[in-house]
Order: sequence, then C-alpha cells, then structure tokens
Amino acid sequence: MPLPAFDTPLIFETGQDGRANCYLPSGPALDTLLPKHALRDELPLPDNSELDVVRHFTRLSQKSFGIDTVFYPLGSCTMKYNPRINDAMANIPALRDVHPFAPDHAAQGALAVMWELERALASLFGMAAFSLNPAAGAHAELAALLIAKAYFKKKGEPQRNVVIVPDTAHGTNPASAAMVGFKVLSLKSDAQGRVDPDEMRNVVGPDTAVCMMTNPNTLGLFEPRIHEVSDVVHEAGGLMYYDGANANALMGNTRPGDMGFDLMHLNLHKTFTIPHGGGGAGAGPVGVAAHLIDFLPTPVVRAFDADGNANDATGWRETADLTFALDFDRPDSIGPMRSFWSNFAHMVRALAYTYANGADGLTTVSKLAVLNANYIRASIRDVIDIPYDEINRHEFVASAQSLKRETGVRALDLGKALLDRGYHAPTVYFPLIVPECLMIEPTETESKETLDAFIADFRDIVATAKSDPEKVLETPVNTAVGRIDETRAARQPDLRWHPPAAG
Amino acid sequence: MYTPHTSRDIEAMLRVIGVGSLDDLVRVPDAVALRHPVEVTPQLSEIEIADRFARHAARTTAGGYTSFLGAGAYRHYVPPVVGAIAMRGEFLTSYTPYQAEVSQGYLQAIYEWQTYIALLTGLDVANASVYDGATALAEGVIMAVNATGRKGVLVSSAVHPNYRAVLRTYAEGLELAVDELPYGADGRTDLSSLEAALADQRYAAVVVQSPNFFGAVDALPAGVADTIKATKTVVIGVVAEAMSLAALAAPASWGVEICVGEAQSFGNAIAYGGPHVGFIAATTAHLRRIPGRLVGKSVDSAGKPAYVLTLQAREQHIRREKATSNICTNQAHCALCATVYLAAMGKTGLRDCAALNVARSNELRDKVAALPGFAARFAGTPTFNEVVIRVPGRAAAVLATLEERQILGGVDLGRFYPELEDCILMTATELTSSADVDRLVTALSEIPVRAAASV
Repeated sequence: MPLPAFDTPLIFETGQDGRANCYLPSGPALDTLLPKHALRDELPLPDNSELDVVRHFTRLSQKSFGIDTVFYPLGSCTMKYNPRINDAMANIPALRDVHPFAPDHAAQGALAVMWELERALASLFGMAAFSLNPAAGAHAELAALLIAKAYFKKKGEPQRNVVIVPDTAHGTNPASAAMVGFKVLSLKSDAQGRVDPDEMRNVVGPDTAVCMMTNPNTLGLFEPRIHEVSDVVHEAGGLMYYDGANANALMGNTRPGDMGFDLMHLNLHKTFTIPHGGGGAGAGPVGVAAHLIDFLPTPVVRAFDADGNANDATGWRETADLTFALDFDRPDSIGPMRSFWSNFAHMVRALAYTYANGADGLTTVSKLAVLNANYIRASIRDVIDIPYDEINRHEFVASAQSLKRETGVRALDLGKALLDRGYHAPTVYFPLIVPECLMIEPTETESKETLDAFIADFRDIVATAKSDPEKVLETPVNTAVGRIDETRAARQPDLRWHPPAAG
Repeated sequence: MYTPHTSRDIEAMLRVIGVGSLDDLVRVPDAVALRHPVEVTPQLSEIEIADRFARHAARTTAGGYTSFLGAGAYRHYVPPVVGAIAMRGEFLTSYTPYQAEVSQGYLQAIYEWQTYIALLTGLDVANASVYDGATALAEGVIMAVNATGRKGVLVSSAVHPNYRAVLRTYAEGLELAVDELPYGADGRTDLSSLEAALADQRYAAVVVQSPNFFGAVDALPAGVADTIKATKTVVIGVVAEAMSLAALAAPASWGVEICVGEAQSFGNAIAYGGPHVGFIAATTAHLRRIPGRLVGKSVDSAGKPAYVLTLQAREQHIRREKATSNICTNQAHCALCATVYLAAMGKTGLRDCAALNVARSNELRDKVAALPGFAARFAGTPTFNEVVIRVPGRAAAVLATLEERQILGGVDLGRFYPELEDCILMTATELTSSADVDRLVTALSEIPVRAAASV
C-alpha cells in the first residue's frame, strides 16, 4: 500500500490575510474592551479558507498509516480495531458536553458510566476498586506509586523506597519510580525469560516498597510462579504492582488480583479499543486491593441505593435504581492526578466495548489474541530465530541476530521492509534483553487471511534478505519519505516554523 | 465482539500451532486460576448498546440548563470541519509516530501544533502535548526544579485550585515544598511579599496564572519578572483558558520562561473533564528539560524534508529512571483537533472569538452587578471571560435556587476559598447570548429573599 510522496506546505505558508471563514459574528475591537497594556501587539497566524484547511489536513492524513488502513503487528501496544459505535456513543451531546462542575444531580448518567466501568474492571481483574482518574498508563503508574508511598508513610514504614523492576519491564516503570523518589532495582530474568522467586528472595528486604511486573511479561510469556513471587514480596512487607499493558492476554482466564497483585493499571487505549489517536489521549485506570482503597486519587464515584446506603459492590450491576455522587472528602487520598475527574469520553468508549463483549466475549477476545500470536510464531519459526520458542500469550519476540550475522539485515530493516508492503513495523529493540528483537502482537481482531498474507510477506522479506540483502536495506521506498536523518534532527533541532523577518 | 474467526479458522490455526484446543493455549497454574466468576455486563448488540447509552444520556440532564460554568473547562463553538478531519481513520486509529516514514502527515500536524503554541505564547519551543493544564503545571515545575536544583515552588493562590492540588500530589512524590502568594483586593496576585520570599533563593520557580482563576488579567507588572530572574528563579506562567492568548499580551512578553496550560478551548469538547490537552512552551534554554515528545524537521535519505520524533534521549523509553518525565502516551489527537481548529478559525476568527468572550462577559458582569445586593467582587480589574460576582447570602444557596430554574449559574468559590463563600465565578463565551444573560438576571432578581431565607 504505497503512500503518496507529495509535499504539503505548512499551514503557515499558505493563506492570505482577510481570507477568513465566517464562523462567528464579528467581534468588537479589542482595544475598546481592555486596556492597551493588557493586549498583544500582533497575532501572527494565517487565515486559510475552509476548503484549503480541509485539503491540507486530508492530504496529511493520506501520508499516515492507521489501523483503518493497515495491520499493526505492534508488540506491547495492542493495536486492535476501534469500533465506531464507541465514538458514536461518546459523541451523544448530553455526554459530550457535560461540564465537570455540573452538580451531581445533573450528571447522574455520566457518573453511572464511570461507576459501571469501574465495577466491571474490578471484577474482571480481581481488584477491590478502580479509579478512572489517571490520564494514561504511565500516569497511572505514578498514581500507584504515590499510593504505595502514602500507604507506607501511614504504616510508619517510610524507609521503604526501593522499586524492583524485572529487566524486561517497560521504560515507564523505572521513570515513574524516579518521580516518587524511589530507587530502582533491576532484576535479571532467568534463562526461560521469567522472574525466579528465589532470585526475588535475594533482593527483597526492609527497604522494598513495590515490585512492578507484568504477566504475561514483555516476552509474551506467562510467569507460572507469579504467586510465589507475590508471596516473597508480601512476606518482605512490599506491594505487588501489575503493569496492565499486557492485559489483553488474560481476560476471563486469570486475574492480577488472584496472582497476588495489590495495585495495577490498565491501558484502556490498548485492551478496551479506545483509538490510539497517534499517541493519545489514552486512559489509565488504577486498581487497588481493599487495603489501599482509601489512598485512591480524588474524586471517587460513590453509589447509593434508594435508602441512601452506599453500594460498594465490586462486580458490575444495573444502575437505574442507584444515585451517584463524586466524593472529594478522602483524607488519606493521594489527591487528584489531573485537572478533572477522568478522560470521560474514553470511559464511554470503554464501557461500550465492555457491553459489546460481556464476560464471555472478553474471555474469547483474550483466547483469540493468544491464538493469533501463536499462529504467526508457528508459521515463521523456521525462517527467523525465536529465542523462547514455546507457547506464548498475546505476543512473542523473534530475533534477527542470526539473520544479521548472515546478511547484515537487522530487525530495524525488516521493520522498514514491512512498511513497504503495507504493514506497520513490529516493535523493535524491545524488550532490551533480546538482541535484534522484533516483538509481534497481532491482536484478536485480525482475520486468518490477514495473518496469512503477513506471514507470506514476512517470509518473502527474509528470503530476499538472504538472496539480495541490499534490496531490504534500501527500504522503505513506497512511503511518503525514505529513512530519515535522525542525527541531524537531534543535532540541529528544528521544532517549529518561524515567520519571515519583517521588511 | 469484534473477532472474525470461524470455527474452521480456529481448527486450522490450532493444527499449525500443534495444540488441541484454545483452552490449552491459555492454561494457567491452579494457584492463579479464577477464584470467582467474572461479573461484567451482559453481551449486547449495537442496538442494545445505543439504548443503554440513551438512558445514561437521559440521566445526564446538564445540557438542558443555561450554563455559566467555566473555571478551566470552556464551552466554545467548534466548527464541524474539526470533527470531520479528526475522525479520519488515518489520524484517529494511528499509533504514536515512531515509524516516521508512515507517519509524515501526523508528524507534520504536530509540528504545526508546536508552532501554533510557540506563536501564541511568544516562546521559542513547545512540546507535542501533555495530559492537561494541571499536569502541564506539575511538569513545568519539575523542569524548573531540574534547572535550579531547588526543592521549593512559590505559587499564586489565584492559580486554578485544581492545578494547585495536582501540583501538591506530584510534590508529595518529588518531596517539594509548595508555598503560596496571596491574592489581593483587586483579585490579582499580591506581589508585596515577593522580594522577601525570594531572598534566600529556595524556590525553583514562581508561578502565576493569567487570566487567573478569578478571570482577572494577572500578567506580572513590568520589572517583576526581572526581579524574579535575578534570583535565578524561573518564571512559570499558567494559561487555563487558551482562547485568551488570541487577545492578551503573549506570556513571553511579560517575562514567562515556561508557559504551561490547557488548550481544550481550541476545538475540544468539555466531555465531563476529558480528554483535554495540556501544553508546555519554553525558552530555548529549557529545551532539553521539556518532558514528552517533540517533533523535529529533518531530511530523508534523498535530502527531502521530513519530520521525525526527536531529542528522544530525554524520554522514558531511552533514559528510563533518568528521563525528564515518565510521560509516554500524550494527547496527540486532542492536539490535532486544536490544530485543525486554529487553522480553520485563523487569526481573524480567533480575534473575533476572543473579543466576543470579553464583550459577553463584560455584559454579564454589568447586568448582574447592577442588581440590588449583587456586585462585581474585584471591580475595575480587567477580565477575559470570567467574573467573580458577590451575591447576597451563600453562593451555594443562590446556585441551588438557580438550578431549580434550569440555570447553572457558575462555580461556588467557597468550595476553594472559604472567605469567598458569598461569591460565584461566572463565565460567558461567544456561545452565551444576551437572552441567556437576561434569563440569569431575571432569575437572580427574584432570588435574594429566598437565598436569605435558606441561610
């Protein structure tokens, strides 16, 4: 699927003064309303006709891939189809336009959406409660570590300041730990790519605060001794944190809560079909076990039955007979993580997706995500190294190390060659412990035909790498631009357009 | 369900993998098997999903009220062209543009967003976005802490209370001291204690907001920024209403070095608080401390101009615990909506819009303050689109009475400032008509007796 190579001038290089669109009545002159010293001298922005604006951005869109146009076998990112009903529900005016300071009685439906989603997530992942407050996965990690810090402070154990992170972890884990002043201890995986509980026993101690893990891990492998790891951390007085980036692998089959995790986050823009939007907005609910509920960010959505009794059930239930309120009065809370209550439009989308599946559907979703990933692995394992060649979960890693030795073609080059054939590249060079790593996650929404076509193209690229490596090294050629000079971008930063100098 | 597998597909795929059943693929040790059945919603068809959300919408009655709510989330006109462009699948369903060759369009759009924010704030550079205005403030403070090595920050009490609360949440993790400057009788930051506070150089930054939470233009007076900078303290300016940038003096012109804010007003829905879109702009001196993604312009292998994510050595996926921030996913699609909005509105549309905001809120203030018992709390101070109105009795009681008349009269300031429990923050934008204001005035004119009775 070639992308157009046309140049598109910047929006600032087009347009003419006075070519305004008539969206509003003309305003009065600003200097009749405000003192001159309060006003800006000039507003150096372009006036473009609406047609020119539409053409500009439409042309830009044509130079970009999306799930709507191509398959994204992008490990760790769960790029599944984004159902359009979700957007339609988020755009219902009553839900789209409600103000966060509207009184609770005028926002009951919006609160019901939040409460239903929280309850469904709690049940699905084995947590006592969820807060929808954090804006993205990394933001939820930060919230969770702040919860841990507040918890230990309250318990009189403020010396606990070490976060244990396996060497397969996402980069956000150590970065989040640093933001709460925790030290990071990196734990080496064993030969099978797993965390060894005995190894964990050697590193935990009175300074252990939190162990951050994901399961399946970033190699796509299930950690079968996770409950033993949890026991070791708990015996040392620490908390277990579940990074939900890989939650698409286990819904309805096993739960972080049942594995012993005390804290977790979800990336709703991965597992729950919120469009990734080119890098956000995401949504990262944070979940906690019962002993941590009081520390959740504010506000918390509370439900009350007809008699005014609080309903704190963990499972989902119908909400027509309940009334809801935002609770800001939480003395042990870490406080708010963001300006307002949640990325609410995304909660509508995630709940719509939950409705569309139900418990059985979500269980099937995970099974088929695992099926698709194993199918690709089993279909390419004879042409590329699979360092951990066993039944994987929703993703797996391949390595181009042998291929590179034989042909000079690296993981990066295979990714670029895939772009030329109308696929997004897999995640490359992550996790860090596998050299020349390609991390492949197909998700459950792709059909066998799509996977078969991808497998055939992948095998053909590897064959080309062996017969004519130059041809692969030259890719991509069917894209809007060729490989980009990243060194120049970093050494001579050009991060904006500048107006031409006056005169 | 959105899975295309037929039972024949599944059988064929299992055969290739070499396992007998789907359950064999996902087997877990007994110790971690489900202990309770999952209680989730029933599985529904699209018709049933739409029906459920119609019921949620029916219980969300706020849309039926005439609203004067603002306070960090603003009702503005969004031309339909914004949604039409933003909903294109190549934008909506694309991944973070790490693969630049297949993301040139999105990367260029973000480069244009960075340029718009730089031009509007008057600063050198802007990032690709952060979560929202409050987290932008927290991240801006972290930049200043890293620049100065100081573990304190001095914040105007006229900065949005929610932003200050979020800053305190972050400060708990970073172990920063957050001190406040009071607001004065004119509703602007009281700077009389500033020089004394700066004397021992313990603050990384001084933070002011303009227009501030009371709607008042609160740009630092001439010379003050220089006084602050002379103590090697960073000047951070907050803009919670980005529309004001089209009219008011650019933050850089009054000495702001790091400008943080909220751009929801540019083409994004209020949506009960999110997603909105935070921005951070700064002088070149702070470039390498900016958190999150930055798009740069470079060339491809043939020398053709090309866009790419750059200076990634600041970011978590490269630097891990030494990164400038843990932010990964940002608000790209909201920033795209803002960029399309700014392009469509243009200089002329933005100027008109800003002027209408000032005019309509002035009209609101003048008409309400003329009622017996009501007054503009900080009369004489220039405002953008929000005003503080002192009411007879408690604000909460007045607002409750207005709600009975299908009016959301504004935000009860007593919620954040106990001494202002007789004050309401009222907002008017280009979508507020004279008829709306007159409805409010009529309702208020009948209130004093009732409000007094309920106190």
